Amino acid sequence: MTENTNKKTSASEVELLSFRLGEEEYSVDIMSVREIRGWTRATPLPHAPDFVRGVINLRGTVLPVVDLSVRLGMAPVMGDARNVIIVVQMGAQTAGLLVDAVSDILNLPRTDLQPPPDLAADSAHSYISALTIVEGRMIRVLDLASVLPEDAVEAA
Amino acid sequence: MSTDPMAEIKASFFVECDELLESLQDALTDMDEGNYDSETINVVFRAVHSIKGGAGAFGLDALVAFAHRYETVMDEVRSGRLEIDHDSLKLFFHTADFLADQVSAARDGLPEPDGSEACLQELEALMGDALPAPVEEDVSDFQPMGLSLDLGITDAEFGDFGLPSLDDGASENDAAWSLTFTPSDALYASGNDPAHLLRTLRELGDVTVRCDLTALPEFDALDTPQSYLSWHATLPGELDESDIREVFDFVEDVCTLELTRETQTTPEADDNLSLADLAPQVEAPPNSVAPTDIVPTEPPESEPNNTAPADNPAAAPAPVTPPLKGAPQANATAEPGATVRVDLERIDRLVNLVGELVINQAMLAQSVAEAGLPQNSKVMTGLEAFMMLTRDIQDSVMMIRAQPVKPLFQRMGRIVREASAAVAKEVRLRTEGEATEVDKTVIERLADPLTHMIRNAVDHGLETPDIREAAGKPREGVITLSAQHRSGRVVIEITDDGAGINRKKVLEKAISKGLVPPEANLSDGEIDNLLFLPGFSTADQISALSGRGVGMDVVRSSIQALGGRIAITSEPGKGTRFSISLPLTLAVLDGMVINVAGETLVVPLSAIIETATLTSDDIRSLGPQTNVIHVRGDFVPLYDLGAELGYRAPKSSYEGGIVLLTAQDDGERSALVVDAIMEQRQVVIKGLQQSYGHIPGVAAATILGDGQIALILDPADLVQNASGRTRGFDIALAG
Repeated sequence: MTENTNKKTSASEVELLSFRLGEEEYSVDIMSVREIRGWTRATPLPHAPDFVRGVINLRGTVLPVVDLSVRLGMAPVMGDARNVIIVVQMGAQTAGLLVDAVSDILNLPRTDLQPPPDLAADSAHSYISALTIVEGRMIRVLDLASVLPEDAVEAA
Repeated sequence: MSTDPMAEIKASFFVECDELLESLQDALTDMDEGNYDSETINVVFRAVHSIKGGAGAFGLDALVAFAHRYETVMDEVRSGRLEIDHDSLKLFFHTADFLADQVSAARDGLPEPDGSEACLQELEALMGDALPAPVEEDVSDFQPMGLSLDLGITDAEFGDFGLPSLDDGASENDAAWSLTFTPSDALYASGNDPAHLLRTLRELGDVTVRCDLTALPEFDALDTPQSYLSWHATLPGELDESDIREVFDFVEDVCTLELTRETQTTPEADDNLSLADLAPQVEAPPNSVAPTDIVPTEPPESEPNNTAPADNPAAAPAPVTPPLKGAPQANATAEPGATVRVDLERIDRLVNLVGELVINQAMLAQSVAEAGLPQNSKVMTGLEAFMMLTRDIQDSVMMIRAQPVKPLFQRMGRIVREASAAVAKEVRLRTEGEATEVDKTVIERLADPLTHMIRNAVDHGLETPDIREAAGKPREGVITLSAQHRSGRVVIEITDDGAGINRKKVLEKAISKGLVPPEANLSDGEIDNLLFLPGFSTADQISALSGRGVGMDVVRSSIQALGGRIAITSEPGKGTRFSISLPLTLAVLDGMVINVAGETLVVPLSAIIETATLTSDDIRSLGPQTNVIHVRGDFVPLYDLGAELGYRAPKSSYEGGIVLLTAQDDGERSALVVDAIMEQRQVVIKGLQQSYGHIPGVAAATILGDGQIALILDPADLVQNASGRTRGFDIALAG
């Protein structure tokens, strides 16, 4: 992720895709986003962790979809026409992130990003790599590697 | 590195080596079956020779040295100075195996395999005093020309020219050799230079060369890429024919070469084959072509095509070439058709795309059906044609990936040789149906289980020669490896003519290991199937071959991973047969589409033996949580698919439910409760492993007509990982 950023944007700038989960705003580095798809019903996988919504057909490939709300310890995303799946790529792994809605693309100087404070009480914070403030709103930058269902891949 | 042209050429040399090694094995097997004709021996010689030549070009000295010594011995055989018998053949096989090792050592940059020197010495001992001094410069000669291997020049037609050299008697005739050398266009196109060849020829001795310009057209009509020239040479009679031919070794299929004694050879000096080959030359001796110019010993320095034109175009070569052309064609029947080497990745891409096409076509069909068009509408008929076309394309694409099992079987030949030597048994491997084609992946993944089974057959299946003799059987045991297509699947059978399975011993072993309760009453088939249980090994002693902890259970699971089944039959005193049945391809599968708790799933058709609707009489409660059903006298464990997959809680009653009766290869059956059976169709397999990982009970996924993903179940895996598994052993065997 960071490699991509270094290559594609100037070192001092970072481009983020921000999206909404419930009332909170999150974002991912736009270089790891491959596409954004409308909601389609996912085929559930047996014996999968609860945050794995299932698999969908992405033009012929089988794409696992992660319900980001559940992953971050919130109520599951409802799953209707307003929801979207952000297809992200991390190295060789491709996965879909089910979110409530995509809101914006943000161009920020890298210096605006600050590390999250260390709050042991909140499990979700380990999924966040940085925080930033845009127009008075706090936006969390997701650490993709920790969000994707890598456990399943390792177990295989 | 990938842009290094030399590396590319080298890679193709090794591909060629594999082919040569294959034909070497073939010819040796042929000889083993008693076919000692000179053509076969020649193939052996040629294969070794070509490997040596190519290796020389790449400076693979170890390989060159090895091949050279092997070749020297083969040359003795070829010239009839060395008799072939069973033992020497064995040695030839052994050396061929080492040659294969040498090739792979050279390819992977590994050190020379151990024992090759000993093997060579043993081989050379065959020749006794007849060992001729090795011709060292011979090797260096190959270096400049060896490169031409990559230019598509193979030894395919050697046999048509090389045979006359076999007869040593002919060379006692000391009349001068007359050589006519007519290069074809391809010779120039492949970067060979006649001047170089002729110069090498001159090094052989007192050689006179004339250039024949009769075919040269007028300057205006001169087409530079075409070949118009030929050369006549007179060579001293004491030269060996093979030495002369060796000069043209790497160009022989891109030129016409005639080699005769000045005075006609006497008929008895030639063997039958060479007589046939020589006949055309007798009718049209090279001298009938009137030379217009004489070039003493030295060909023109410039490219021959650019030399001044002479008159009398085109007439001259005609009488010489056609008769000779006919001969190779007649003998070329064994040669495979033209082939193209394609990167496997490209084929896989094509296979994937065709998979997409199949899915798309299904989606289209579904939406057309939903639109409610009449059956006889144009759209419907067009769609039907499209469907058939898709199916055809799919089949053809799958065929591309299919490969004959022959290389695999040849590897097994080596396993048999090594294994039988290790346990001092005499074993012959017979192969049948080598041309049977199977998906490349299947072949690759079949090598290990097959190796294991062959070793088992040698070690456990066959008796020692003495015991065999006592039982009235020939000392040499036979293992037959066969492949054939049978109703859309490939069946591979490994049969030995050994003592068969010692059922008493197997049962005792199983009981002592606690795999079977002591009081169990098992049928013969059930006892045979005990071999597949994990942790089972009948060998009392750990021999060099077996007892390494890898059992038949591993073999079975690797076969099952390929979607295959394995069965065993045995007859005391007569032998044992393992039969492996595999799907033709791993990309498509015939499945039954079912519905469980609102989810669509696919069950491989090959796993289903029957479907049934349950009545209250069928269902028996086994424990508080488990049920069995009663099917024609047998009790079969019942699994609720919806509950096993976590889609819903187990039902309170299964009365009226639909079950799929599935069987595993050991005959163990299980009944899976489903909600509905939708249809039976072919589905394209999409791997889940790469994108997600392994899910217990799920083999893969597929995309249905509505674009939704459906999971393909693996019933055997599902049952193994099932939650409520409380079956007793006797029930498992009752199936």
